Amino acid sequence: MNQVALLGQWGIQLLRDFGKAGILLYQILFYRPHFRKGFPLVVQQIYAEGVLSLAIIIVSSLFIGMVLALQGYHTLSKFGASQELGPLVALSVVRELGPVVTAILFAGRAGSAVTAEIGLMKATEQLSSMEMMAVDPLRRVIAPRFWGGFISMPLLTIIFNMMAIYGAYLVGVKWLGVDAGVFWSNMRSSVDFHSDVVNGILKSVVFGVAVIWISLFQGYFAAPTSAGIANATTRSVVYGSLVILGLDFILTAVMIGEW
Amino acid sequence: MPTNIVEINQMSFQHDNGKVVFRDVDLLIPQGKVTAVMGPSGTGKTTLLKLIGGQLAPTCGTIRVGGELVHDLSRQALYKLRRRLGMLFQASGLFTHMTVFDNVAFPLREHTPLSESMIHTITLMKLQMVGLRGAKDLMPSELSGGMARRVALARAIALDPELIMYDEPFTGQDPISLGVLVKLVRTLNDALGLTSIIVSHDVQETLTIADYVYVIVDAKIIGQGTPEAIVNDTANKQLQQFIQGLADGPVPFHYPAASLEKDFLEEHV
Repeated sequence: MNQVALLGQWGIQLLRDFGKAGILLYQILFYRPHFRKGFPLVVQQIYAEGVLSLAIIIVSSLFIGMVLALQGYHTLSKFGASQELGPLVALSVVRELGPVVTAILFAGRAGSAVTAEIGLMKATEQLSSMEMMAVDPLRRVIAPRFWGGFISMPLLTIIFNMMAIYGAYLVGVKWLGVDAGVFWSNMRSSVDFHSDVVNGILKSVVFGVAVIWISLFQGYFAAPTSAGIANATTRSVVYGSLVILGLDFILTAVMIGEW
Repeated sequence: MPTNIVEINQMSFQHDNGKVVFRDVDLLIPQGKVTAVMGPSGTGKTTLLKLIGGQLAPTCGTIRVGGELVHDLSRQALYKLRRRLGMLFQASGLFTHMTVFDNVAFPLREHTPLSESMIHTITLMKLQMVGLRGAKDLMPSELSGGMARRVALARAIALDPELIMYDEPFTGQDPISLGVLVKLVRTLNDALGLTSIIVSHDVQETLTIADYVYVIVDAKIIGQGTPEAIVNDTANKQLQQFIQGLADGPVPFHYPAASLEKDFLEEHV
């Protein structure tokens, strides 16, 4: 019976957290924005979450593209199909690897930073003092971080896609000797703008919302202690990564639409 | 007879975990005076300030601030009321990514349509009041604890509030900072025509500047009056134990525990 009670308690706590997270998102999305004051704050957050994540995104995407080209060439050449390297790399990156890996890196780099920053602001009474100065932290701190993440994620994904394909080009064409014309023309004929590129970007928008929402929730409701912030930061990255993978499965199933 | 800027009537407050912090508390804060709320650590002094500021709502009873029922206000009305209040937090609450100047200018930039040159002038005046005009370009991490609290004080008075609340302003200060803060609290209250609430357990410092004192222990007010009346109320043992800092008395030195025999003599597996 005790186990059943614990399960019930866990369930209630989970529902309560979902409720709090839902209210937080509602408040971010539907509170009247103050464009004159809000815009510079969003730009600052695009810099903090997007621009500062560029280094890790570019380096990772280059290596992923290069490894994909090596592995792809190795396998395709067994079947005499090495000219299909371009489509293989482009479809893998644009449909799956681009949005998913960018989102996971984004959760680790920007999401964790957002959670830690907000948790620390809470622990050092910065959020309380803001409230007592009649400045709503939701509008001043939380909302700009949400929109910063929302805008940054698809842009980072586009950059990831381009750099990964360039990495594959370097290895496939410049090193392994695949013909450049074949590489690019096969890629162009196989990749559909709507079903591949746009769907990939759509995925990245959904992942961006999920990651930044989880990060903000974990930071805003973190226990205001060192251990509380450490736990919240860990949860932010772990939950963010798992949600990305789960959502990716659902979105892929919906986008393929033949099941 | 002065009017009361804060009126707390039959107020009780209980945390979500069931811990009762206040039980039927009546408390008045007269306008223009320095009122101290004292009590041992953990009696809910900070909670009281959060209740007055509308960050928490009482379980029952009423809290009026400036004539308005603070816990019945809409979010918008509450934020409007808070523009008339200032609060100095125990941890200062300075924004760590802003300079001292930007911290003090923050409420002015948020709430007033003043030009940047006017904000510059007002901010420097507020920093001059707390003696830190020369520190305007420093970051909060470069300040000592006492300086940080003075910057937070300058920020709290930036919008010239009617009521300013101090949460443990003297805790952890060296003697010089302590003397400066004690003098500042009294001077600012009189010079700017403010009303001040100090919650503290630093008895001597608080008694030297307060006009009226409330002492809260175990969720209720155990004594109130002018500092002289509090010191001379020798009949109230619990009050005297707190004022004189006696280790044992109505509030026992030992935390409730099992008997000595049980803890020391019984074998533990």
